[in-house]
Amino acid sequence: MATHHSRSAARLMMAPTVILLLGWMLVPLIMTLYFSFKKYLPLRGGDLGWVGFDNYVRFVTSSSFWPSVATTLFIVGCVLAITVILGILLAMLLDQPMWGQGIVRILVIAPFFVMPTVSALVWKNMFMDPTNGILAHLWRFFGAEPVEWLSQASLQSIVMIVSWQWLPFATLILLTAIQSLDSEQLEASEMDGANHLKRFWYIILPHLGRAITIVVLIQTIFLLSIFAEIFVTTAGAFGTKTLTYLIFQRVLESQNVGLGSAGGVYAIILANLVAIFLMRIVGKNLDT
Amino acid sequence: MRFTKSIFAATAVAAMVSGGALAESLTIATVNNGDMIRMQGLTEDFTAKTGHEVEWVTLEENVLRQRVTTDISTKGGAFDIMTIGMYETPIWGSNGWLVPLDDLSDEYNAADILPAMSGGLSHDGTLFAAPFYGESSMIMYRTDLMEAAGLEMPDAPSWAFIAKAAREMTDRDKDINGICLRGKAGWGEGGAFITAMSNSFGARWFDEKWNAQFDTREWSDTLNFFVNMMKDAGPAGYATNGFNENLSLFQQGKCGMWIDATVAASFVTNPKDSTVADKVGFALAPDNGMGVRSNWLWAWALAIPAGTQKEAAAKQFIEWATSTSYIELVAEKEGWANVPPGARISLYENSNYKDIPFAKKTLESILSADPNNSTVDPSPYVGVQFAAIPEFAGIATEVSQEFSAAYAGKQTVAEALAKAQDITNEAMEAAGYR
Amino acid sequence: MARAVSSQRKLLNTLIAWSLGLIIFFPILWTILTSFKTEAQAINDPPIFFFFDWTLENYAVVQERSNYMRFLWNSIFIAGGSTLLGVLIAVPAAWSMAFVPSKRTKDILLWMLSTKMLPAVGVLYPIYLLFIELGLLDTRVGLVVVLMLINLPIIVWMLYSYFKEIPGEILEAARMDGASLKSEILYVLTPMAIPGIASTVLLNIILAWNEAFWTLNLTAAKAAPLTAFIASYSSPEGLFFAKLSAASTMAIAPILILGWFSQKQLVRGLTFGAVK
Repeated sequence: MATHHSRSAARLMMAPTVILLLGWMLVPLIMTLYFSFKKYLPLRGGDLGWVGFDNYVRFVTSSSFWPSVATTLFIVGCVLAITVILGILLAMLLDQPMWGQGIVRILVIAPFFVMPTVSALVWKNMFMDPTNGILAHLWRFFGAEPVEWLSQASLQSIVMIVSWQWLPFATLILLTAIQSLDSEQLEASEMDGANHLKRFWYIILPHLGRAITIVVLIQTIFLLSIFAEIFVTTAGAFGTKTLTYLIFQRVLESQNVGLGSAGGVYAIILANLVAIFLMRIVGKNLDT
Repeated sequence: MRFTKSIFAATAVAAMVSGGALAESLTIATVNNGDMIRMQGLTEDFTAKTGHEVEWVTLEENVLRQRVTTDISTKGGAFDIMTIGMYETPIWGSNGWLVPLDDLSDEYNAADILPAMSGGLSHDGTLFAAPFYGESSMIMYRTDLMEAAGLEMPDAPSWAFIAKAAREMTDRDKDINGICLRGKAGWGEGGAFITAMSNSFGARWFDEKWNAQFDTREWSDTLNFFVNMMKDAGPAGYATNGFNENLSLFQQGKCGMWIDATVAASFVTNPKDSTVADKVGFALAPDNGMGVRSNWLWAWALAIPAGTQKEAAAKQFIEWATSTSYIELVAEKEGWANVPPGARISLYENSNYKDIPFAKKTLESILSADPNNSTVDPSPYVGVQFAAIPEFAGIATEVSQEFSAAYAGKQTVAEALAKAQDITNEAMEAAGYR
Repeated sequence: MARAVSSQRKLLNTLIAWSLGLIIFFPILWTILTSFKTEAQAINDPPIFFFFDWTLENYAVVQERSNYMRFLWNSIFIAGGSTLLGVLIAVPAAWSMAFVPSKRTKDILLWMLSTKMLPAVGVLYPIYLLFIELGLLDTRVGLVVVLMLINLPIIVWMLYSYFKEIPGEILEAARMDGASLKSEILYVLTPMAIPGIASTVLLNIILAWNEAFWTLNLTAAKAAPLTAFIASYSSPEGLFFAKLSAASTMAIAPILILGWFSQKQLVRGLTFGAVK
C-alpha cells in the first residue's frame, strides 16, 4: 500500500499542518527565549538590554516558585483522579438500562459547554459565597456553620469547580468505550460466576485502559494551563497560585516580560516532564 | 462596505451644524462601574452634538487594567480613549504615552477641576487625564444600629471608637456584622484599604531609601488591630470581600459600618437597591491621633493614548464626559444624587447638590487626603493608598495576597508581614531601587 | 444488549442516574432560574426555586447595556471559522498519517499535542506585537487564525483516530475496482469519515467558543466575542446575582443548545480512537 507515490503524496498532505504548527510553536518559543534573556520592562521603556540568566535565577529563587509548582501538580493530580474515578462510575451507571437515558446523558454532559469564566463566576458568587451562596443556605438549613469555601478550603474549591467542568468529558469518552465492550464477553464471565468486582477488575478496567489514557492526556494539557478559574475566584490568594498564574502575575501585574518569559520556559519544561512521566505510566496503552 | 460607510459619514458631516471636523468612530475602554455604565447610556447626546460615534469596550477593573496596559506599552492603538486611574496617569504621562490635556477649551474650564484631582492626574504640572469622577473613602454607618448600641458617631472618629462601636453593634444571631471592610487580595482592593489604614497608624511602604517597612512595629499594629476587630465584628469570609461584596452586604442591612469609597454613598442611599437607604449616616475615615486619617484618594479619569489618529474627536469626547454640562445632563435624567461626584469644585457650590446628604463629607474627605504627604514619617513616594512607581501594582498584589491569607487564618500576621517584607525587597532589588 | 433486567433494577438505575444527573446539572439550572428573578429574590433566604414572579427585566437590562447580537455573531464567526479552517488543513494530514503511517507518525502526533503546552500568557507580548505588525489586532480574522492554531493538534488527533478505524481492506477493494485516488477519497472515504469529521467540528466549536484568553486580549470593540461580553459583568456594583445569571445564560445558551442537539454526534466523536 505504501508506494513511493503515495508516500510523497502523504508528505505533501501533512505539510500544511506540520508547517503551521511548527511556526506556531517556534515563533512564540523563540520569542519567549529571546525575551527571557532580556531585561524587558514595558513600563520602564521596554527593552533594557541583555541580562544573561538573571531572569531564570530570579524566577526560581522567588519564594513563590516551588509552592506554585506544587499547587499546579496538586490541582492537576486531584482533578485527574476525581474525573477518572467518578467518570468510570458514572459511565458504568449510564450504560445500564434505565428510563430517560438520553435526558440523563444531556444533564451530565452540560457542564462541558459552560465557559470557564462563567462557571467560575457562578460557583464563586451563587454557590460558595459564605453569606448568600446556596451552599451556605444548605449548611445553615442543617444547622451547621457555613464554610468559607474560597478562603478556608481554597484549593479544594478550585479542584471542585474544575472537576465539575471536566467530569462530562471523562464520562463521555469512558461511556463510549464501555459501550463498545463486547456484551457476550461479559455474559460469559457472568456464567462463569465471576462477581461484580472481579468482572470490573479483570474485564471492564483493562478494556477502558486506552480510554483512560486519552482522558488523562487531553485533560492534563488543558489542566496545566487553567487560569480563569483562579483569576475569578481567589486571584491567586490562599495558596492557589499555579505556575501559569505566577507567570501571569510576572508578565501582566508586575509588567516584567523578561521575568515572565523565563517563567514560560520553566512551564514548558514542567509540561514536558509531566508529559514524559505520563507516557511512561500510561503511554503503553497508546499504540498509535 | 467602506464605500457606503464613507457616504454615510459624508452625509453626517453635511448634516452637522458645527461642521469642520470629520465624523469619527471612537473606541473607548472603560470599567464596568455604575457611573460609566450610565455614561454609555447617554452616548447619544454626544453623538447628536458632535456627529462622532462611540464604540464601548466595557471590562471588569482587573481585566481592563491589563488590557489597556498591554495596548499602550506596545503602542497597539486599539483604543482612542482609555479609562485609567490616579496610579497609572503620572507613570504613563512621564513615559510620554499620553496626549497632554493642556489645551482644552475655555468653555470646559479646567480650572474648575478639584486641585486634589488634577494634581494626582498630572505629571510635572501637565494634566494627562481628565477626572470622570473622584473619590476618597469615608465611614458609612447605620444610624439605627448606632443608636440601639447607645453610641453616637463623632464627625471624625478614632480607630479606638470604631473598634468599640463595631463590637457593640455586632449581633451574630440577627446576622448583623458591626463592620464590613475589604479583605480581598489585589492592590486596588484590600491592598488599598490596608495601606490607607496603615498611614493613620504611622506606617509606610518604604523608607526614604526604598527599603520595605513591613518589619516595623507600625505595620504589625495595623494588621493586628484589623484582624482582631474583623474577627470579633466582621462578616464571615471577609478575606474574599472586596468593594462589591461589601456593598451588597451593606445594602442588605448586614453591616453596621462600612469604610469605603465615597462614591458608594449614592448606592447605599438609593432606595431602589438598598434596604437601609434612609438609615445611613456618614463620617470621616478614622485616625489614630497621629495627624493622618485613613482615607484614600482616587479618580477614574479619561486619557488619550499618544499616537491616536483621532485626537481631536477624542478631546471632544473627554470635554463632553467630564464637563459640568454632563453633570447637569445626568442630574436631569437620574437626579442629583447620581451625578459623577468628586471631580469639580462647582458641583459642591451648586445649590441643588448641597441637599445631598453625603456631599459635604465626600468633599471634606477628598480635601483631607494629600498624595504628596500621606504618611506620618517621610516617604519617597507619591500616592495615598499606593506608591506611584511602575513596580507597585505587582508588589502590592502579592503582598495583599499574603495579608488575605492572614485574614483567613491560614498564616499568622507575623508570617504574612515577614513574607511581605521579602517579596517587596526582592522586587525592589530587581527593579534597581536598592 | 439483550440482557434481561428486572424492572426493579431498572427503576433503581433510573433513580440514581437521574439524581446524579440533576446534581451535576444543578448549577446551570440554578443560573437559568436566577436569571428570571429580581435581585432581591435571587438572594432570598431560604432560596426560592420555582415560585417567584418570573421576570425578563434582567435580560432587558443586559441587552440595553451591551449589544448582545454583535458579541454573539463574533463568537459564531470565530468559533465556526477557526474550526472549519482547522478541519480543512487537518483532514489531509490526518488522512496521510492514518493510511500511510511511518515510523515517526506517533512522534509527530505527540509533538503536535506538546505545542499546546506553552502557557499563553507567557507569549502575550510577543503575539501582541506580532498582531500589531500584521494589523490583525481586534479583527475576527486574526482570532480565527490563532484559535485554529491552538486547536489544530486536537483536530488532527481526532481525525487521525477516526480515519485509522476505517479498515484498509475497503480501500484495497476500491483500488482493485480501479478507483482513482480522487474517487477513492470522494466516494469511499468521505462517507465513512463524515461522522468523525462532524464530531470533530462540534468538539472544536465548543473549545473555541469557550477560549477566554486570546479572545479577550486580542480584541477591543469590533471582534470581541461572548467571552468579552461576560468580562463586563463579572463584578458589577451591588446586588448582581440575577443580572450575572442573565448574562451567563445568554453567553452559554447558544453553545448549550448546539451541544444538546448534537449530543449523539458528539458522543461518537469523543472516542479519540479509544474504541477498538
